[in-house]
Amino acid sequence: MKRVLETKHVSGQSPNYLLAKFQDLVDWAVNASRANSLWPMPFGTACCAIEFMATAASRYDFARFGMERQAFSPRQADVLICAGRLPFKLASVIRRIYDQMPQPKWVISMGACASTGGIFDNYAMVQGIDTIVPVDVYVPGCPPRPEGLLYGVLLLHKKIKGESLFDHVPRREEQPLDDRGLRLPPEQIDEISEPFGNSVHQFRSA
Amino acid sequence: MSKRTVEVELATPGVGPRGETLRVPLGVAQQPDLAAEHMLINIGPQHPATHGVLRLVVELDGETVVRVIPHLGYLHSGFEKLGEYRHYNQIIPLTDRTDYLSPMANNVGFALAAEQLMGIAITPRCTVLRVIACEMSRIISHMVWLGTTSIDLGAFTPFLWAFQERERIYNLQEMWTGARLTTSVTRVGGMMADVPDDFVAGLRHFTQTFPKTLSEIDRVLTRNAVWVGRTQGVGVLTAAEAINHSLSGPMLRASGVAYDVRKDKPYLDYETYDFDVVVGEHGDVYDRYLVRLEECSQSNRILQQALDRLPDGPINIADPRVILPPKSRAMNDMEAMIYHFKQVMEGVKAPVGEAYVGIENPKGELGTYLVSDGTAKPVRWRIRPPSFINLSALPHMAAGHLLSDLIAINASVDIVMGEVDR
Amino acid sequence: MNPSVDALRATFGNAIGRALESCGDTIVYVGRDALLDVMAWLRDTPGHTYDYLVDVTAVEYRDRERPLEVVYGLRSLSRRADLRVKVELDSQGDLTVDSVVPLWRGADWLEREVYDMFGITFRGHPDLRRILMWETYAEGYPLRKDFPLRGRFSRAEQVRQALAASPEAHYSLEELSIADAYEELPADMKERLRRGTRGELPDSE
Repeated sequence: MKRVLETKHVSGQSPNYLLAKFQDLVDWAVNASRANSLWPMPFGTACCAIEFMATAASRYDFARFGMERQAFSPRQADVLICAGRLPFKLASVIRRIYDQMPQPKWVISMGACASTGGIFDNYAMVQGIDTIVPVDVYVPGCPPRPEGLLYGVLLLHKKIKGESLFDHVPRREEQPLDDRGLRLPPEQIDEISEPFGNSVHQFRSA
Repeated sequence: MSKRTVEVELATPGVGPRGETLRVPLGVAQQPDLAAEHMLINIGPQHPATHGVLRLVVELDGETVVRVIPHLGYLHSGFEKLGEYRHYNQIIPLTDRTDYLSPMANNVGFALAAEQLMGIAITPRCTVLRVIACEMSRIISHMVWLGTTSIDLGAFTPFLWAFQERERIYNLQEMWTGARLTTSVTRVGGMMADVPDDFVAGLRHFTQTFPKTLSEIDRVLTRNAVWVGRTQGVGVLTAAEAINHSLSGPMLRASGVAYDVRKDKPYLDYETYDFDVVVGEHGDVYDRYLVRLEECSQSNRILQQALDRLPDGPINIADPRVILPPKSRAMNDMEAMIYHFKQVMEGVKAPVGEAYVGIENPKGELGTYLVSDGTAKPVRWRIRPPSFINLSALPHMAAGHLLSDLIAINASVDIVMGEVDR
Repeated sequence: MNPSVDALRATFGNAIGRALESCGDTIVYVGRDALLDVMAWLRDTPGHTYDYLVDVTAVEYRDRERPLEVVYGLRSLSRRADLRVKVELDSQGDLTVDSVVPLWRGADWLEREVYDMFGITFRGHPDLRRILMWETYAEGYPLRKDFPLRGRFSRAEQVRQALAASPEAHYSLEELSIADAYEELPADMKERLRRGTRGELPDSE
């Protein structure tokens, strides 16, 4: 069915109003169900995991946003929430977990360390998980407040609702590592990982 | 006894050359002799019951644990190396993130060590405020332990109660420091800020209502048949073993060793507070639970006494070389501005020497060992990580127990991986 | 000054080096060869009974001339007394010292950590492997002063090596048997475990 729809579109015939409406309806239904019943896979490592737990617990309760069931198995999860810093020793683990998740899947990078390496600009720490897995929403903060995480989740809802099953570009496909074993070109990883802000000055001990 | 891995081939349904469905039988060609085989189970590093990114490789004989080999380092963040590149006051934000369940107590531990290194005596109000910070941390840390452990053992309700209490303390911490979790509340020679006006009343209200939650948790768990059955007699350590394994904190006290740094090597005038050191008898998981539960009410007592005696006065010492001048003076007074500039650009210099200060953190004895060569950055900042050392007794405790008991034992250690791996 | 220092001098003579006091703690330097005897004596002699090992760590100074120090924190739980024992090792020479695991089981992981971070070998340790970094970590010993803060490799190379690691490493009986019988393993396996394939230095032009 998908192929038929695409050929019609590409072959330049006059846009079929009913078909377009039908596609919108399908997208709306699929996206609404996807966005409103996200199953998070909590990849909690450090401090942010505590705020993640607080978000899940009594007061903030992210079950209100359709995240009632936490999938501790990546095979039944929709969104990977990387809460906390990610050392190099854990890099292959998060990549494996990401690869194990079925499509469609999204990633929230919670906190400064997961997004950029944070204050840990040193030998042990991955400088942003986007050098390893593609990230959809970055939540800033050290750690972000539960409200911050909830805002990130709502942004993700918004993003999901903008996706289309019938469009090539945003359709979600697996992005395996390249033959070097990297997700991005090495120069780009080096550039992303460069020290910034205050940590530029921290080359010198005493 | 043979110790080969049991390799189980998975049944993979497929389609044969003639289109018929294929079924690969389960198991290898030779039926393994199950009685003689040991099985390997990998738990973690991403597993909800390991309390972080701990990884346990478990060798099983049937359902009995023969051996546990923990693999650490999945959260190694290089704190100690970073500390060599930071001024003393710049290290304090790092201490928040080591044991992120009790950030305020870590701040206090580091500040005390730096002050001992520099020979600084803090003000009376600061001393009491730091006691308040430590005891608030103890309560929230034990609350996390209680909540997560009860989830591990199948009780969900105490988790919600515990986190409700945590939110109340978080509100107080936020009132005081502006942050819920990463507080950075101390500075060398004083505090980051004095407590706001409503803080004392808020904390007093907390100390009055917190015992009710404790007694509810006590009523739900302490005589609960499932809880008792899964914890009593599990993971026993004798007093001699606990000392030999260098355990500290509730783990050591549950084994019957009445050692508490607050009583035996007092800091922050803890000897003037009236509280009991909680000591267990059997050294099993159940006693560790009882010790931590009772420590919460002892902390509550200390908090009440600290609130009663909180003196007025400055929170920082009057030494412009250590404490930043107030903003208004730094902007208007030349001398204050110079001190401000020197502190920010050069940092506070410590004399040559070394200091070790151990404080009683919720997890155990948190030691801070600082070595200085006279510059503004330490040569070595060593954290004695209580839960790292407590965890090292896990293989010894778990051997011979059932696999399900391993979860209870691991939970009873009260680890926090940020501190174990640093 | 802690009275145990004089008692140590009377018993061990020249093996005991200088002793000093810093911030209220007594520090005593012990010769490398006598360490295990001194520790056993301190633990078991009545009147001293330092039965609790607080910490094992090491210090390297910024001054390259100064030797590395291995630091042992001892405490007597009954007498509430502390003593810090140090062993000096020449940073250019042989970084080997006796393990105190036979005396305190708690030293097991602490010594592994010192080995991991400083490259100091503990003779007689039952299972001396890296504990925080992975076993094939090739960049060196992070807490040594000649180790740069951000590591020796480029970030891309660090990410590549990290992603090339198998998350299922250690999940074999081979790994389990290392703890028991590392010394009996064939040389090539020891070498492989020590260095591994992904721990190679990147090609430099």
